[in-house]
Amino acid sequence: MSTAPRLIEVRAKILKQNDLLARELREQFRRSGVYVVSLVSSPGSGKTAFLEKLLARLSANHRVAALVGDLATENDAARLQRAAPQVKQITTGTVCHLDAQMVEKALEPWDLNELDFLFIENVGNLVCPSSYDLGEELRLVLLSTTEGEDKPLKYPTIFNGADIAVITKMDLAAAAEFDLAAAHRNIQSVRPGMCVMEVSSKTGQGMDEAISFLHVQLEASRAAAAQKVM
Amino acid sequence: MHELSIAVSMVERIIEESEGRGGLQVEAVHLRLGVLSGVDKDALAFSYEIACEGTFLVGSRLVIETVPLLIYCDICKMEHAPESIQQMDCPQCHSPSQKIIRGRELEVAALEITA
Repeated sequence: MSTAPRLIEVRAKILKQNDLLARELREQFRRSGVYVVSLVSSPGSGKTAFLEKLLARLSANHRVAALVGDLATENDAARLQRAAPQVKQITTGTVCHLDAQMVEKALEPWDLNELDFLFIENVGNLVCPSSYDLGEELRLVLLSTTEGEDKPLKYPTIFNGADIAVITKMDLAAAAEFDLAAAHRNIQSVRPGMCVMEVSSKTGQGMDEAISFLHVQLEASRAAAAQKVM
Repeated sequence: MHELSIAVSMVERIIEESEGRGGLQVEAVHLRLGVLSGVDKDALAFSYEIACEGTFLVGSRLVIETVPLLIYCDICKMEHAPESIQQMDCPQCHSPSQKIIRGRELEVAALEITA
C-alpha cells in the first residue's frame, strides 16, 4: 500500500455559505421591490450622520428602514430612530463585520414588501467587510475629508469592491486642507470609473443629488425586476 | 481581523468536502488567495492552526498560492495585469473600464491526502 501523498482538486469557495445566502437575500429584495444600500467606511467618517439625513429626507415620501452594525451599544440605532421608526441595531460582539446571516436574522420580523429602501450600515472598518456580500444592490464607501485623501490607496480592496464613493464632511475640507483633486485621483486609481459624491451632512451639501440618485436607482431596479418577471 | 472567521469557514468547507468523499486523511490544504480577496495571508495562516484545533485537520499544512490580478480591457479587447491594486486602470491604454478576471479568489483549490 502506497503512502505517497495524492492531490485531490476540490475548488471549494470558502465563503460559499455566505455567498449563497447573500444571493437568496438579493432575490428576495428584488421580489419585494425594496432597494438595499449598504454603507462601509472607517469608524468616525460620518456613516450614521449621513444616514440620519438620508432617512429623514426619504421618509417623507418613502417607506424606509435601516440596520446598523456595531461591536457594542445601541447608540446608533437610537440616533437613527429619530429619523425613521424602523431601525434595528445589530451588535456583533467581537466580530468586525456584518455577514449575510446576521442581515437575514435581523430582517426576520420585518415585511420587506412594506419597504422602499433598506439601508445597512456596516461596522466601521475598512478591511473586514470587503469579503462579505450582504445581498445589497448598492455598496457605498464613505471617506471623510478629515481622514486624508490617500485612504483609497491604503485600503484599495474595500474601495474596489464598492459601487459609489461618498466624500463626507465637505464643510471641513478647507480646515483639514483636504486635497479634493487628489482624493478623486486616488479613487479613480483603485476603482476606475467610480462615481463619486461630495456631501456634508451638516450643511446639506450634495444631499439633493444623493436623494435623486437613490430615486433613480429605485425606479431602475424595480423596472428591471418587472422585466425579469415578464 | 476577520481572518479567524475566514479560517473557521474554511475548516468547515474542508470537513464538508472530505466527508463528501468518504473521509479523507488530509495532509495539506492548498489555498488560492487573490490579492483583492481582502484576506491577509499571514493572519490567515496563523488563524488556520487555531481553527483546526479539535478537528481531524490538526497538524495539516496550509499551502497558500497568491493569485495576482488580471483584468479585461474592453478597449484593447485583451487581458492585462494592472500595475498594482492601487493602479487598476488598463496598463496599456489607461482606459477606466475594468473587469476583474482574477484576483478575488478565496478558495480551497486542492487537498493533499495520503492514499
